[in-house]
Amino acid sequence: MNWAGLYTVLSGVNRHSTAIGRIWLSVIFIFRIMVLVVAAESVWGDEKSAFTCNTQQPGCNSVCYDHFFPISHIRLWALQLILVTTPALLVAMHVAYQQHQEKKLLVLTGHGDAKHMEEVKKHKMRIAGSLWWTYVCSVVFRLLFEAVFMYIFYMLYPGYQMMRLVKCEAYPCPNTVDCFISRPTEKTIFTVFMLVTSSVCIVLNMAELIYLVVRACARRSQHNSNPSSGKGSFYGHKHSSEYKQNEINQLLTEQDGSLKDMLRRNSGLQEKGDRCSAC
Amino acid sequence: MDWGTLQAVLGGVNKHSTSIGKIWLTVLFIFRIMILVVAAERVWGDEQDDFVCNTLQPGCRNVCYDHFFPISHIRLWALQLIFVSTPALLVAMHVAYTRHEKKRRFRNGEKIDIEELKNEKIHIRGPLWWTYTSSIFFRIVFEAVFMYVFYYMYDGYQMPRLVKCEAWPCPNTVDCFVSRPTEKTTFTIFMLAVSGICMMLNLAELCYLVIKICMKESRKTT
Repeated sequence: MNWAGLYTVLSGVNRHSTAIGRIWLSVIFIFRIMVLVVAAESVWGDEKSAFTCNTQQPGCNSVCYDHFFPISHIRLWALQLILVTTPALLVAMHVAYQQHQEKKLLVLTGHGDAKHMEEVKKHKMRIAGSLWWTYVCSVVFRLLFEAVFMYIFYMLYPGYQMMRLVKCEAYPCPNTVDCFISRPTEKTIFTVFMLVTSSVCIVLNMAELIYLVVRACARRSQHNSNPSSGKGSFYGHKHSSEYKQNEINQLLTEQDGSLKDMLRRNSGLQEKGDRCSAC
Repeated sequence: MDWGTLQAVLGGVNKHSTSIGKIWLTVLFIFRIMILVVAAERVWGDEQDDFVCNTLQPGCRNVCYDHFFPISHIRLWALQLIFVSTPALLVAMHVAYTRHEKKRRFRNGEKIDIEELKNEKIHIRGPLWWTYTSSIFFRIVFEAVFMYVFYYMYDGYQMPRLVKCEAWPCPNTVDCFVSRPTEKTTFTIFMLAVSGICMMLNLAELCYLVIKICMKESRKTT
């Protein structure tokens, strides 16, 4: 499992995202993960071996390095990118769950052939109903993680700038020792670059949040002004809601309790989706 | 996520490019990215380790290296290649959006074959023409900006053998020697030449697109 594996997993989520979500994903992969892998990792590669202190005292180098760099920028960025991209998996899981439900329903209503199953897999889920809430939560978590990590960076490395020289007084260094950091300017440039892309991602996430909220409100007001316009079909765009309701009613009278519960739950969800896409 | 994944992503864009665009993409991947990965990275691999200064003063080498090489050539080229290849994604996004619209029209009742839709080559006209032209324009701008940054940062494109350093804590003036200066100069000039060729290809593609659209317009009016 490496960045390429993460890319494969998240590309699947791409299909069910909004346009802004797709742009966000591209920015993450190209301007952050790719820059991290092809450029930043080699800049920080020799951060400990080229960290030189003006002393011959054994152990002083290690202790000073550890004191000034409790956790390396590279590791912090890797953690940040992993935590920021994983809320999208909530959406993927929810979509998979909905697709599973749809498939079950299709089997029960007698449309369980391979062609219909393939179509369930391929068709894009509308971001409405409970999926809307999952999606919004994932965007909120992304924003939260980005902000938290930017704050951690600021706390650990004030001003986002890498110093050329640090003065170390930790035991076993004698008195105060000058220690020199390797490639401070290049590190500052990449820190600022990653900070800027992080801010761009925050802006994109906020825009996506606003877009989702505005769209939900618009849909709700449209629905309130024209209640009969609801498309009805939360599951499967090919079947009319009346036809499906007939099937469901028939099955409800024929099948056992557990199945009835499942179908009642699904019917309940269907109605909920119709009534209020922002509930 | 590495150059291979970028190639996979951009390979998809290739289908909707002009012939010059396809040549440009090939030049980018073979003569720039591949050279960077298989050759240039090795040349610059020991740039700091073998940067030797004529002093025993601890920290002087670090400081002098940082002073003369604020950002390594390799990283600058990596950033340049990332920035230069990403405008093509604008085109990919526009094509995906056009296909999405067509699918939506299909769902609303118009008869379009879905399989054909996926494999159909989208013609570069209308708003896609503007997206494509903008992407080429941005490519040219990024190439030029990076070539200027290189020139500005390293006072020309030559790697000196010796640099004289006076930064603290170095005592007085210290001679520092750069590792593999001739090989670095060779690769710098090579990457510069290929960058120039890519710019020429982009300019040619821009002219081609503009001429094509003008001819189409004049054919429409006559």
